[in-house]
Amino acid sequence: MSESADLLIIGAGPAGMAAALAAARSGARIVLLDDNPLPGGQIWRDGPQASLPNQARQMREQLHACSNIHHHSGTRVIACAGPKQLLVEDADRGWLIDYDKLILCTGARELLLPFPGWTLPGVTGAGGLQALIKGGLPVNGERLVIAGSGPLLLASAATARHNGAQVLRIAEQAKTIAVAGFIAQLPRWPHKLVQAFTLFDRHYRTASHVVAALGNERLEGVRLQQQGKFVEVACDRLACGFGLIPNTQLGQALGCDLDGQALAVDSWQTTSRADHYAAGECTGFGGSELALVEGTIAGHAAVGDVAAATRWVPRRARWQGFARVLNQTFTLDPRLKVLAQPDTLVCRCEDVPYSALVGHADWRQAKLASRCGMGACQGRVCGGAVQHLFGWQPSVPRPPFSPARIETLLCLEDTPVL
Amino acid sequence: MPELLMDGRALSVAEGTSVAAALALGGDGCSRTSVSGERRAPLCGMGICQECRVTIDGRRRLACQTLCRDGMNVRTQA
Repeated sequence: MSESADLLIIGAGPAGMAAALAAARSGARIVLLDDNPLPGGQIWRDGPQASLPNQARQMREQLHACSNIHHHSGTRVIACAGPKQLLVEDADRGWLIDYDKLILCTGARELLLPFPGWTLPGVTGAGGLQALIKGGLPVNGERLVIAGSGPLLLASAATARHNGAQVLRIAEQAKTIAVAGFIAQLPRWPHKLVQAFTLFDRHYRTASHVVAALGNERLEGVRLQQQGKFVEVACDRLACGFGLIPNTQLGQALGCDLDGQALAVDSWQTTSRADHYAAGECTGFGGSELALVEGTIAGHAAVGDVAAATRWVPRRARWQGFARVLNQTFTLDPRLKVLAQPDTLVCRCEDVPYSALVGHADWRQAKLASRCGMGACQGRVCGGAVQHLFGWQPSVPRPPFSPARIETLLCLEDTPVL
Repeated sequence: MPELLMDGRALSVAEGTSVAAALALGGDGCSRTSVSGERRAPLCGMGICQECRVTIDGRRRLACQTLCRDGMNVRTQA
């Protein structure tokens, strides 16, 4: 089977939802694709232990009420099948979608850096733990250490505490002066200042980072470097994330240029490829407020309503300012590059240790020699890590972009277009 | 309250619970064994890392992006 859309939107987080709602008034036939069971992305993830903000609920109801928006949940993009055609797959079937315009709202993922013990059960990402708890993971009475960098650490701690966990330590790698400078600038965005106050935790320490996760079969404790001193903390879970990296794989496969690590866009959120737009975290980390505005602009622009898009430009500039301050504050300390030991696994899919990667010229050479990045996640985890550790640029992904069923691949008439 | 089978054992969970959460509710939380024999559990929680892949009703699925449904049969990789 196949489907066609005037506007195809990939990702139903804040940017994708806003883009769909902005474009819907034009009457265009819109298809909204998302790999999660419910719309909302990571920040508005629903579940038995989640509390959704009103704005998320309202936008979800509005999406549902628009008869020209067709939402496919639990659906992944597998390949580019033709010039404006994607192969997608859900739990039951694979099919092709033709589109006229496309908006990439593929979000961001956590930067997970390898350190001794990070593959032990009990170690998760920081946002990862928050997502798992929202989905019903029991943490009541558990002792937690949260480490890494960025405001997500505090958000994750708040969710864990709300669900009965005991947060023993929040280790932020950024220097005290950087975090203090960030807080001093927050009054420019009063809503963020309020958020910072509600999230503040007395166990928060700056200039602190994880050194090793300890334990045999599963996590039993964490060794931290805390403002110059080594400390060991016994705990049941370690949630560790070093900030966010944009999900650019699909955009790159479609031929969209990058600007640094993010998809490059102009003032209408257009990428370097005509009729292809991008909004939200895949164009650079900036938070849900910026994602909502960018999504709205992209949605209006994609259906040709430049006047409506223009009205949102000043608001975007305001949240871009916040994003700049955020990214400057949580720049990663070079010391984090030496956490991995020779036997620390860097690629968790193919179990490739750090020692097998040292000395290679680039990622391609390292991949060919070691299978690093050639497993099920297609280098989505270790690709970010080796970029940070060795400065290796990730290559443009090749299809299938995710593990797919043979019958899905049989929907392709020809060799996938690269 | 969906009732499912987790590695052959009956498990009842709250509506909207992810299979990733059910792994911990009905077992030791692990999803698979790595190529070098390490036990692994969900890591990223958001469909990126593939650590939480399990077999659900005979198909390979990501536990973190799948909600528990009545009658589901979940098998982890020993």
